Amino acid sequence: MNAIKSLDDLKKIREEALAKRKVTETSGATQVIVGMGTCGIAAGARETMKAVLEYIEAENLPNIVVTQTGCIGLCEQEPILQVVMSEKEKVTYGKVSPDVVKTIMENHVVKGEVVQDHVIPLQG
Amino acid sequence: MKELSLHILDIAENSVNAGASKIEISVIENLNKDELIIKINDNGKGMSAEKMKNLADPFITSRTTRKVGLGIPFLKAAAEACEGRLVISSEIGIGTQVEVHFRHSHIDRMPLGDLKGTWLNLLIGYPKVHWILVYSVNSNTYELDDQPIKEAINGIPLSDPQVIGYLKNEIANGFDSVKDIKS
Repeated sequence: MNAIKSLDDLKKIREEALAKRKVTETSGATQVIVGMGTCGIAAGARETMKAVLEYIEAENLPNIVVTQTGCIGLCEQEPILQVVMSEKEKVTYGKVSPDVVKTIMENHVVKGEVVQDHVIPLQG
Repeated sequence: MKELSLHILDIAENSVNAGASKIEISVIENLNKDELIIKINDNGKGMSAEKMKNLADPFITSRTTRKVGLGIPFLKAAAEACEGRLVISSEIGIGTQVEVHFRHSHIDRMPLGDLKGTWLNLLIGYPKVHWILVYSVNSNTYELDDQPIKEAINGIPLSDPQVIGYLKNEIANGFDSVKDIKS
């Protein structure tokens, strides 16, 4: 019984979220990707992911799609977090601890300003 | 890795990379039998007998991004260090099953750790996968099938702030319901 009630709640959440989206539609969804290969996990990526979700929940940020990915070959830089904003190039951050997550979310995801200090330099 | 739930996150990643669209993970704590069992079943592409043979060798991996694969060897060693074992069966085109046994009370057994965090992570991080997540303690079982949830929120991401809250709450209640009853 409880489950049905809560699924109904979810449907309400959905309607509210869709209504909100119409207002902000022009900006498109922002993607946040966390590296979750063995290397990432061993370096603390689950806590990084948790920090991202906690930030979204605490600040009530809609329209952000959080996903994870496997090893991208930069194991020494893990935990790795990538931010893709609509029509802009993907930015890859390295050694993203939960504290760094907060800085990236605040500045990049919310304000659109890349946090240069934590960007992994492109490798030639 | 210091938690079994981190290993679960890691092994599940293998299933995702094998192209699985449906992954079932069960964590079974049977205190009467002094056993802790982790099962991961997927419908990914499966492995050949030859590949299975080399599975515990960290220097043989199908990945292309680096040359060592440590996930399975790590977990196998962890299980064997506490009178347990890791068994894998797989069939090409059908899928792969990983089953890991531990002696529950063994002093070297890693703690289960933040299993709720691992579940939340998998559900949100790989939204295209159909997850069936099971946690049982003795005779009490909690099963989370994410299909009804995804149907209900159709069109909005699982990382919507309110949906994150819902999922956290759902998982926490489920775990409480399993652990509540004293055995």
